[in-house]
Amino acid sequence: MEVEAGSAVERARAGDSDAFRLLVEQHSRAIFRLAFRMTGNEQDAEDVVQETFLRAYKQLDRYEARSSFSTWLFRIASNYSLDLIRMRKRHEDKRERGSDEERDILQSIPLDTPGPERMAYGTEVRDRVNEALNELSPQERTAFVLRHFEGLSIEEIGASLGTGTNATKHSIFRAVQKLRKNLEPVVGHAR
Amino acid sequence: MNHISEEQLVLLYYGESTEAAAIDQHLVECETCRKEFRALQLVLNTVDSAPVPERGADYGKAVWQRIEKRIGGRKQRRFAQWWIWAPAMAALLVSAFLAGRLTHKPVGPEVAKNQQQIRERILMVAVGDHLERSQMVLAELSNAPDHKGKLDITDERQMASELLDDNRLYRQTARSTGDTAVANVLDDLERVLLEIAHSPTEVSSSQLDDLRQQIESRGLLFKVRVMGSQAREQEVAPAPQKNGKKL
Repeated sequence: MEVEAGSAVERARAGDSDAFRLLVEQHSRAIFRLAFRMTGNEQDAEDVVQETFLRAYKQLDRYEARSSFSTWLFRIASNYSLDLIRMRKRHEDKRERGSDEERDILQSIPLDTPGPERMAYGTEVRDRVNEALNELSPQERTAFVLRHFEGLSIEEIGASLGTGTNATKHSIFRAVQKLRKNLEPVVGHAR
Repeated sequence: MNHISEEQLVLLYYGESTEAAAIDQHLVECETCRKEFRALQLVLNTVDSAPVPERGADYGKAVWQRIEKRIGGRKQRRFAQWWIWAPAMAALLVSAFLAGRLTHKPVGPEVAKNQQQIRERILMVAVGDHLERSQMVLAELSNAPDHKGKLDITDERQMASELLDDNRLYRQTARSTGDTAVANVLDDLERVLLEIAHSPTEVSSSQLDDLRQQIESRGLLFKVRVMGSQAREQEVAPAPQKNGKKL
């Protein structure tokens, strides 16, 4: 696949827009998944997908085949997502207060209720996971998503985000700590 | 071996531990660490349950349709060649317009009126093209995403610089013909183009904000769009009929 992508990249660089179309068609879904996991928002994820390919096209000359094309796209997408998350954070104080209230309500629900309510357990766990991910700082969330969901190595993430290996490692550790703190009370019941 | 730290367990979970064999051995022997690792696995495996909305097999095609137009506009380097001759063409049109004004022979009022309309149409065609190109530059900067680092505006800067000469010519022409509305918009446009042309090739987010503010505070993009479409309308409007007779 990557060999094909490599030749498509070369053709796209030479101005062949059909070749770039192939790359867009091939990678869009993966970029959307990454973007959604990072932003937690469908509309933002769509923006990220679009902007990622526009930036990739503009910067094709800067792509070096040392990393795979998909990793390079992930880098662009994650950096743009980071910008977006930071921008949103600045403007969403009110919504964050709302989330706190929702979380309090969710936490007050007993989890060991038997019967049909148990059916809602899976949904609740997913909600809690989303909330726990939302508690991560942009840097932690980005590093965690790239490591956990996309399987990039810590070294690759550090290089992509320009943060270096050690800082990336610590972002991931902090992310895992926060996730454990928020999710262990929930998943503990499944044990 | 002491108990294993959480950080080491995280690295083990992700297959990035440099001491995997020793830690595995320790986990066999130490129940406390085994429990700790199991708890960590449980949480991280649970994170996988976070749902992601599905996108169909045609999603890539839909994305391409959304971006195709914008990509086409930027990538066509042949556009740059067109760019080279466009100012010359525009200058020629304006020269023709001015020449017509300066060398006109005494004619009857109806003929003079028609000649005046033709000249104005020539000017509007040229100004329409100019405004369309200017609009592209302004829109690129207005819609540029917020960027944490530097944003490369080499293309926009070059376009602005090339548009400046035309702009001066059109502004002077519009002023001399008493077309104050066009002259005023071109005046505002010129200031912003000048600012863009003199910006560094890479701008910080605050510099980009300044440029955007200049564009927005004057409502320039809106004015340019309106005036551009007015020019286009005049361009496609029927030509004045000779002697006022219908064909």
